[in-house]
Amino acid sequence: MTNHSWRVSLILIFALISFIYLTPTVVAQLPSWWTGVLPKDKINLGLDLQGGTHLVMEVETQKAIEGTLDLVATDLEDSLNAAHVRYKQVARIGEDLVQLTLYDKGTAESAQQLIKNKYPEYELIPPFEDKGFVALQLRMDKSVVQDRKDKAAAQALETIRNRIDQFGVSEPTIQREGINHIVVQLPGIKDPKRAIELIGKTARLEFKMVDEGISGTTATPGSIPEDYEILVEKVANPSSTVVTDVPLAVKRKAAITGDLLTDAQVRIDSQYNQPYVSIDFNSTGARLFDQVTAANVGKRFAIVLDGTVYSAPVIRERISGGSAQISGNFSEKEAADLAIVLRAGSLPAPVKIVQNVTVGPSIGVDSINKGLLAGAVGVGLVVVFMVIYYRMAGLVANLGMVLNVLYLMGALAALGATLTLPGIAAIVLLIGMSVDSNVLIFERVKEEIRLGRTPRMSIDAGYDKAFLTIMDSHVTTLITAAVLFQFGTGPVKGFAVSLSLGVLINLFTSLVTTKVVFDSILNRFQVKRLSI
Amino acid sequence: MQLIKNTKIDFIGMRKITFVISTIIAIVGIIGIVQVSRNAANMGIDFSGGTSVQLKFNQPVPLETARTLLARNSLKEAQLQEIKEGNRLLIKVGKTGMATGNVAEAINEAFKKEFPGNDFVVESSTEIGPSIGDKLKTDTLVAMGLSMVGIIIYVAWRFDFKFGVGAIVATLHDVLAMVALFYCMNKEINLLFVTAVLTIAGYSLTDTVVVFDRIRENLNKNLDGSLERLFNTSINEVLSRTVITSLTTFLAAISLYLFGGEVIHDFALALVAGVVIATYSSIFIASPIVAELENRRGSPVRLKESPVETP
Repeated sequence: MTNHSWRVSLILIFALISFIYLTPTVVAQLPSWWTGVLPKDKINLGLDLQGGTHLVMEVETQKAIEGTLDLVATDLEDSLNAAHVRYKQVARIGEDLVQLTLYDKGTAESAQQLIKNKYPEYELIPPFEDKGFVALQLRMDKSVVQDRKDKAAAQALETIRNRIDQFGVSEPTIQREGINHIVVQLPGIKDPKRAIELIGKTARLEFKMVDEGISGTTATPGSIPEDYEILVEKVANPSSTVVTDVPLAVKRKAAITGDLLTDAQVRIDSQYNQPYVSIDFNSTGARLFDQVTAANVGKRFAIVLDGTVYSAPVIRERISGGSAQISGNFSEKEAADLAIVLRAGSLPAPVKIVQNVTVGPSIGVDSINKGLLAGAVGVGLVVVFMVIYYRMAGLVANLGMVLNVLYLMGALAALGATLTLPGIAAIVLLIGMSVDSNVLIFERVKEEIRLGRTPRMSIDAGYDKAFLTIMDSHVTTLITAAVLFQFGTGPVKGFAVSLSLGVLINLFTSLVTTKVVFDSILNRFQVKRLSI
Repeated sequence: MQLIKNTKIDFIGMRKITFVISTIIAIVGIIGIVQVSRNAANMGIDFSGGTSVQLKFNQPVPLETARTLLARNSLKEAQLQEIKEGNRLLIKVGKTGMATGNVAEAINEAFKKEFPGNDFVVESSTEIGPSIGDKLKTDTLVAMGLSMVGIIIYVAWRFDFKFGVGAIVATLHDVLAMVALFYCMNKEINLLFVTAVLTIAGYSLTDTVVVFDRIRENLNKNLDGSLERLFNTSINEVLSRTVITSLTTFLAAISLYLFGGEVIHDFALALVAGVVIATYSSIFIASPIVAELENRRGSPVRLKESPVETP
């Protein structure tokens, strides 16, 4: 094969590949024979074009550490009680410490021994005097803290993924970014507010005993025993829509927690036609539930989700089956969402939404149409200008430009890239830039013609001499495009991808493709004067 | 066809005037950047943090009414902007005491409550926490710095140090001029604007490199005459291609500006202006600076041979 026909085949093969890759994007319903070996990926539309929600959430990982330390504190209390060691207080202090306060030095010895055996992974700070008492501190190691934080973020990601899967969003993207950020993209979502509430809920379910001996309304934090707290129950008046807050005094320590659940389902109460969530415990949970209900018949039991009391029913009898129900003042949708979050499990730490970009579908369609219009006008203007200014040669450059856009779209489809509105802008801009290389070449060719060279010599010299300039200008554009790609997110990344791919492809279309056309013409016809 | 034929313009001789003009523009640009870093310019919420909501109403809503309505609902600091087609309203609120997630809700509630008869849809809503904005700002500065360093290294490698200086001054000039323009027009400085600036920074070099290449080529030819004449001849020789390459890109950018829609209107404006500024700087700033540097040295230019032999 000669050099020439080799290049022609390359151009045609690239065009064919581009068409094949673009087919899934253009054809709505692919024929069945297509779906075997041929590519199925299409150019994805960014959220700014198809509508949807882009969320960045920050996992408050420090809260996960504090949670762990709180657990250690309660666990230590139990162990000390079991070992009959007298102590004044066990509490978490600051970010990474649990402090045990003892009455005298003598007990410190046995407490130290107990802690060393039970929590070998914690650093034990030797006992010291603290306001007449003896204090012992356990410190969580820095590397352990880091590790826990990392795990908390990873676990939050999994939980969120789980919830979104159950909520039913087509093609969501859920990614971790940096140490404690999670990026969630929900394309085409109809009710973003509901989704955000579903994703962002910590969903920590706890069953706590209510002490009716303490009046919630008059109690202040100081007036109740230390192991109690005041939580608010929202009670709806069935005859009106008024919801009143009823404070309740509940035990700080939860009798049972939501991590012992195996399932949660929405059911409708046949009597009142009210939705409720039925939950099933695992064997440990069922045993605990059985014990707690047996020991507390006649007392009230608060079902607490993220610090709010959903309901506080009276335990009428011992419940052994391992299932229970959460009723409350909620709609069917809310009940369904509650069931989802309970099934998917709680987040290891609360999440905070730091960025929320929601685009409605109408504006997306509008953007696509306008982008296409701008592209069409841009192509039209450039094509007309090139033909007027460079005549036949202008036509060749235009062919190169069309191929440039075709290859670029093919490449975007093959990479499964995401097209954003700035990405469309990059393609339109590229239409103008892609003929630039040819302009540089043609101006060189004109110079050669003025020096009295033959058409073939002029063309060859034009391509040769403009080559370095074209390389330089492409490299500089690529430098900034690469930087944009590296630091940009979402729409900007789309712009950088389109721009850098387009510039790379342009090297081929402007240097090889257009040259092939000129060579073909010069080979076939006796050209005396170039139309340039 | 030939638009520009055998020009003999004394570009290098005009450097005193163009340097003064460009210095003024650059100073305005620097003021703009200082204001941007103090959040005193019209900042996009992606940098400053805050909320922006675009609503499309069934019936027109006068700006004044909307403003008083928002003020009544404790959103006094909201900025309003009318979008020409289709009763659209863009509401922007900077940092407030409210938690992220509540401002957009508060705006929607306010309109629902006070305009019960005028239905609207939320076309887009963006809420950005302050921590994200700060991070983005740092990232942007790093990106700007990285691209500048990358460009200097490349141009210094391909040409020599003085050309590198000329190229970087021209590029910086373009960046500052674009900032100056947006600052003076009180247009929003947002992530898309930065994208446009970086794109133009890369594009600006295209034109500059074309001129530099010709200067280098002519230097190698050892043409007679002064350095100034050599620079002028080179610029004049490539003037038509510099103008035409810019023109084609300009045509594409202007169609984006005219037909690309509201979302990228300002972005397209930045590109259009950038293309013009970049062309100006590659002719009037980049090469005159190299000439000036050569003059100061008082020695005949010695240019590195290009790594690949120029035919």
